[in-house]
Amino acid sequence: MSGKPKLHYFNGRGRMESIRWLLAAAGVEFEECFLETKDDLTKLQKDGSLLFQQVPMVEIDGMKMAQSRAIGNYIAAKYNLYGKDLKERALIDMYVEAIIDLNELLMTHPFQPADKKEQHFATIVDKATNRYFPVYEKVLKDHGQDFLVGNRFSRADVQLLETILMAEECKPDILAKFPLLQSFKARISNIPTIKKFLQPGSQRKPPLQEKDVPKLMKIFH
Amino acid sequence: MLFSASYFSGNRELRSMSGKPRLTYLNGRGRMETIRWLLAAAGVEFEENFLETREQYEKLIKDGVLMFQQVPLVEIDGMKMVQTRAILSYVAGKYNLYGKDLKERALIDMYVEGITDLMQMILMFPFSPPEAKEKNLHSIKDRATNRYFPVFEKVLKQHGQDFLVGNKFSWADVQLIEAILAVEEKIPAVLSGFPQLQAFKIRMSNMPTIKKFLQPGSPRKPPPDESYVETVLKIFKK
Repeated sequence: MSGKPKLHYFNGRGRMESIRWLLAAAGVEFEECFLETKDDLTKLQKDGSLLFQQVPMVEIDGMKMAQSRAIGNYIAAKYNLYGKDLKERALIDMYVEAIIDLNELLMTHPFQPADKKEQHFATIVDKATNRYFPVYEKVLKDHGQDFLVGNRFSRADVQLLETILMAEECKPDILAKFPLLQSFKARISNIPTIKKFLQPGSQRKPPLQEKDVPKLMKIFH
Repeated sequence: MLFSASYFSGNRELRSMSGKPRLTYLNGRGRMETIRWLLAAAGVEFEENFLETREQYEKLIKDGVLMFQQVPLVEIDGMKMVQTRAILSYVAGKYNLYGKDLKERALIDMYVEGITDLMQMILMFPFSPPEAKEKNLHSIKDRATNRYFPVFEKVLKQHGQDFLVGNKFSWADVQLIEAILAVEEKIPAVLSGFPQLQAFKIRMSNMPTIKKFLQPGSPRKPPPDESYVETVLKIFKK
């Protein structure tokens, strides 16, 4: 009954992490309800809380919101992180959708069978350094501003930082050829709300460990 | 290859001379079809540039026109837009198909995202190996009838209105009618347990812009066949 958004997911990153980042960046405190067993998921499904029987689910402003993109869109718009008009929104959407594609690769890495892991890792590095990062490096270079869109902090900046940090967990020197992304990373990490989120004890979740994969599979399969 | 400054200045070859949006994709449904539906539903005429060879695709990449080296690409209002959802959101916003406020938007987004998950199964179906096709068809039927259609049946039943959100035609309605027709192509009796959706289907099909789109000769593309699959693999092979 606190009025704070309430997040329903397992105690890990997955498809909820971007939402945690966005709320934290906006300075919004939130509560979390962790699914530990399949029964926890079944209970939520049975009581009609999950629109399409899936998590993430976020209780916010009287709604039980499903679908991570819908939730992200709502939070971004509510907290003025979505640009000033349709065209800025369009740019933010384009940048964010591509980041989500890269995130998808990063997120699915722990679930790859052993014989596919090395190839998957190579794909991640290839896509990050040849398809995605060059675009954002160039955007920052072309306008010389601190933020990706409209000279103003937005959802695109939050999601890019999140992905950069995840990619670095995968390969620590992945930003070697991207000086502007390196300074972007430093700059955005120092924004007070984000700095707080990056400190130990925040609601940011650690990377998924291989040993946790079986437990996750039990809840969702 | 980096996308070049021509992104904003407008590459002369590609710029639509008519002012209409210009769609670049294969001559088939794929990820562009929902965009065609939405533009058509909004009554917006558009041009199409079909990719038929790998060379054409590689040239687009070399010219720096595809922000992330991918299609769909839609040139609209001076932008070279990529990423299906970004394009759809822009079109919906521009043509007032995105609800009247944040909360209606949220509902539309939730509905659209659910339908997109179902459509993803249909999108991938032609590319599944022959031995997996029967199982995948069964999954589509299961998801449609147990997860997605019941939600929209209930929404329509509860508010008794003609449209899914806010008593007004929106992106969600377009996406749902597209999905219903696509699933019916594979599973003709799929709506048999859903009287509200049956009525919805008729109602949407009779809206003038959609009626026009459903007629022969419109930009609507036929279901994917083997030749389409071959073209996709040929153009986008790694």
